[in-house]
Amino acid sequence: MLNDSILTLTTFVPAAGAVVVALLPRRGRIIQWFTLAVALLTFGLTLQLPAHYVYGHPGFQFEVDFPWISSPAIRYHLGVDGISVWLVVLTGFLAPLGVLASWKTINHRTKEFYFFFLLQQTAMIGVFVSLDMFLYYAFWELTLVPMAILISMFGRDRGTEAAIKFFIYTFLPSALLLVAIVWLYAKTGTFDFVRLQSILAQSSSSSSSAFPPQALFWASLAFLVAFAVKVPVFPLHAWLGDVFSEAPTAMAMVVAGKLGLYSILRFNLGLFPAQARQVAPWMIALAVIGILYGALVALVQKDMKRLAAFSTVSSLSFCILGIFTFAVSGLDGAIYQILNEGISVGALLLLVGFMYERYGTYEIGAYGGLAKRMPHLATLFVITGLSLIGLPLLNGFVGEFLILSGSFPGHVPWVAAATAGVILSAAYMLWMIQRVFYGTQSGMVTDLAVADMNFREHMAVWPIAVLMLLMGVASPLWMRAIDGAAVKLASPAPLVGMAVKQ
Amino acid sequence: MNDTPSLHLWLIPVLPFIGFLLNGLLGSRLPKTLVSTIALLFTAAPLALVTIIAFRFTSLSLPYVERLPMPWMATPAFHADFAFLLDPLTLVMLLVVTGVGFLIHIYSVGYMAHEEGYWRFFAYLNLFMFFMLTLVLAENFLIMFVGWEGVGLASYLLVGFYFLKESAADAGKKAFILNRIGDFGFLLAMFLMIAHFGSLSFSSVFGAISHHPEVQGGFLTAIALLLLLGATGKSAQIPLYIWLPDAMEGPTPVSALIHAATMVTAGVYMIARSHVLFDRSPFALGVVAIIGAATALFAATVGMVQTDIKRVLAYSTISQLGYMFLACGAAAYSAAIFHLVTHAFFKALLFLAAGSVIHALGGQQDMRAMGGLRTATPITFWTMSSAVFAISGVPPFSGFFSKDAILYQTFVSPTAGPILWVVGVVTVSLTAFYMFRLWYLTFFGAIRTKDAHPHEGPWSMLVPIMILGVLALAGGWIGIPKALGGGDQFAHFLDPVLHVASAPASSSGNQEIWFSVISVAMAAIGWFFADLLYRRKPGMADRLAERAAGVYSLLVNKYWIDQIYTGLIVAPLLFLSRYLLWGAVDRGVINGGGSLAAGSMRGLGALVQRVQSGNIRSYAGWLAVGAAALLLITYFGFSMHLS
Repeated sequence: MLNDSILTLTTFVPAAGAVVVALLPRRGRIIQWFTLAVALLTFGLTLQLPAHYVYGHPGFQFEVDFPWISSPAIRYHLGVDGISVWLVVLTGFLAPLGVLASWKTINHRTKEFYFFFLLQQTAMIGVFVSLDMFLYYAFWELTLVPMAILISMFGRDRGTEAAIKFFIYTFLPSALLLVAIVWLYAKTGTFDFVRLQSILAQSSSSSSSAFPPQALFWASLAFLVAFAVKVPVFPLHAWLGDVFSEAPTAMAMVVAGKLGLYSILRFNLGLFPAQARQVAPWMIALAVIGILYGALVALVQKDMKRLAAFSTVSSLSFCILGIFTFAVSGLDGAIYQILNEGISVGALLLLVGFMYERYGTYEIGAYGGLAKRMPHLATLFVITGLSLIGLPLLNGFVGEFLILSGSFPGHVPWVAAATAGVILSAAYMLWMIQRVFYGTQSGMVTDLAVADMNFREHMAVWPIAVLMLLMGVASPLWMRAIDGAAVKLASPAPLVGMAVKQ
Repeated sequence: MNDTPSLHLWLIPVLPFIGFLLNGLLGSRLPKTLVSTIALLFTAAPLALVTIIAFRFTSLSLPYVERLPMPWMATPAFHADFAFLLDPLTLVMLLVVTGVGFLIHIYSVGYMAHEEGYWRFFAYLNLFMFFMLTLVLAENFLIMFVGWEGVGLASYLLVGFYFLKESAADAGKKAFILNRIGDFGFLLAMFLMIAHFGSLSFSSVFGAISHHPEVQGGFLTAIALLLLLGATGKSAQIPLYIWLPDAMEGPTPVSALIHAATMVTAGVYMIARSHVLFDRSPFALGVVAIIGAATALFAATVGMVQTDIKRVLAYSTISQLGYMFLACGAAAYSAAIFHLVTHAFFKALLFLAAGSVIHALGGQQDMRAMGGLRTATPITFWTMSSAVFAISGVPPFSGFFSKDAILYQTFVSPTAGPILWVVGVVTVSLTAFYMFRLWYLTFFGAIRTKDAHPHEGPWSMLVPIMILGVLALAGGWIGIPKALGGGDQFAHFLDPVLHVASAPASSSGNQEIWFSVISVAMAAIGWFFADLLYRRKPGMADRLAERAAGVYSLLVNKYWIDQIYTGLIVAPLLFLSRYLLWGAVDRGVINGGGSLAAGSMRGLGALVQRVQSGNIRSYAGWLAVGAAALLLITYFGFSMHLS
């Protein structure tokens, strides 16, 4: 019984919470407490998925599938597999931390903030669980709207500009995505992912294709561009720095990485395996450029948020590399690394946010010797930094190592270049840590007596720190679900069939 | 897998980790005595375990392998366990690491007594023990890499212990980044091994190589050279050695433990551990030997003119590690490990005794301000003398035997040979020179600091250096060669692991004795000049430096290598990143291209500004309307087109 409704519940509990938030009075911290409760409830629900997941079963689980609108044929089809199950949990995990991070910083228009915050939760979970293209697209668009609004409303000083940049960058390519989805529908008469997958697989293995030559390629490209912007893949990353700088922490934590990368895995590799292999050389090149370029540019940033943005571009490019080399270990690592990025970048943004709350600046040069004043924050910052630069026994290493070692055969020069990224990442991260936390205390740090992290802030970061260690030493706990999906993506059945025929 | 009951090897690294957690999480609230008790306890426990294992060693069936129930990484294509290995080589390393490590922990109790952040220091020290023990116990390259990067982290934290000091923070960061360059090689080597052997476990990789005696060079050379790159980072060899002298910014016990006795020898251990692989590539061995010999000579020349007592010892460490690499390159792995052990004794002692001197003089590190400490700190003097004689290769001190073994085997090895042997014996002279220079400047003549009240440290500092003093003298007697009336026990003990089929055959005793005579003579020459310049004719050294100003300034400035690296690599990289990538590409092209709309965006901005001035609902409404419009237009556009 629970298994039938769990995905629906998980998806819509936050939205229901949002409706209640809209009705709550603006008094005291009622809205915050309520949102926190909803977020925790949602997280509890998402945990049901791995708890009841049938490991070793590679298909979709917890499926719900019934017609919703007859014409056009839109179905209410939800389900998770190894790609998405942990992403749903990740989304649930980060939400309470996001509420804690916003507790003090968002003190005007709280109702609007938490309303859109919860709506965003529903949208993100919806993206991960939807197996109907129309439904998926609705959720995908829905992730953009609250984000843009919140960036605009709560931006630091150029909020509107950043929101518009975000909007233009992500909304316009999404229009292309819509065109492609609708075109597929017109061709096949279905929005259903599973059915589309089998139709496309058949058409690619039979010579009498229903699709005009090259048409599928362009359709897959429309998908890819929309997703690549959202990741973001080099050189489509121009929006990320502005969004990181302007967005409230709780939003910045979820804006990059997982949505785009998940969609690439699900649709580009799932629906268009042959086309994905066609563009693979380009994507591998962009990934390796992104790794090195992001790290080099991060090296010379003066602003911690911008540094975090380029660091993110660099590390997400590892995922792209792992995805487009189609090796099982590489895909495993890539999916794992999406989770790592979610939590580690989340922690980084939280900590940087705490510093901003105290000193009102992200400028690296303004800090110095902060470890003396805020030893706890410094410790957590160093742990987070080490996780991001892939220190063994922390989460980042597992992902990076599997990606690089899996991608290595057949792509030796590319992987060698990508591996050089581990040197650069250590350089920019440790250099920033040194300038902010070590050395002589800056005037600002000496003059402004601030307290170290308080209980609420500890509560927001420690769960992540523990998870970093846990994911660093016990990866099989996660990998046993991911594996099944990675194997399928690495060698989709129709491609195998094609090889046999040749 | 075998009938030996479980030894619970995993406890050996995990115990110090518990110590780290206790002190790291609670230490700031605990009294100092409790902090040091915790740290000592969780270092003594693995020492006790290792001692027990050592006593039972002959009754164990070896090699003994232990796997934790859950693998670390497991995908259908790749699998890595938390696996630990015990064999004679591991045991030697375990004894050195836990033994010397424990002594240095004791020493630190006295040395760090008045430092702020006492608990932090001991937490980091225990963390180091965890990673170092993981490194030597690993049964596969991936677990070894855990220790490998982890000791780098501990070193980063400890070198930067005085983190408010800019130079300390700089040094910690520099060490980590240069080590990462080495790790880059280590990682690529692992990728190659996974690609060729499908595994990183020692038994699979070395087993596969052993089963295919026909495979020579080729990708094995590539793996060996990449591993060597990793080793040059960790063990401070050319070209990545420049971090080690700066790492002297850390507290002196750290220099003794990490930057002399244990961590920096990891590269030597790793090469010895993977000797099956290196043996298949004479080319790679040749490179190892050349790097070792070159580093030994190069660092010794720089060590001759340094004035900071710890920097002299740092260059000395680099130089001695060079000897170990030279031995590895000559395929004389047991000689390399032998020197690793004796060096751990005498170099740890040198640093601890130097720390005692620094302590006696209230923080003074400049040898020009020292002198005359022989009478004021006799225990430090006598123990330090033991170490000075040992490192200079004076019989019967420990260093004599190990260095002798290296030099002799270098001469007869096909991958090293007489030319590198000459480099080695010249370095013996230089070593004796800079060590006796240090000895004379520190302990002889009159004290050159005003108002100094030199005094010995507390017992916690003296007992460890006395124990090490004995070991620096007698530690080499475990490996006295047959030619000198010994039984070569050390090499025999390691034979099951390090035996090399093509090892140079033990030659006639006579020949080997002549090699010993030559190297002792070379050491005597170095001592003679140090005696001349720094005892009998003080002032002559300065005149000499003036006369050969060019050479002197080259050495004092360490051949300008730091400046060359900064100028040729760091500065151009930063320039490229700042002006070309960030300035031109990102700000210009990528953001500029994005502002296809820069203008239109501003227009839109104005529009939205007006919309936004109202209330949020209308704003959201606009977005919704836009999205819906887009959806409808495309949908109908397409359906019309298709129909």
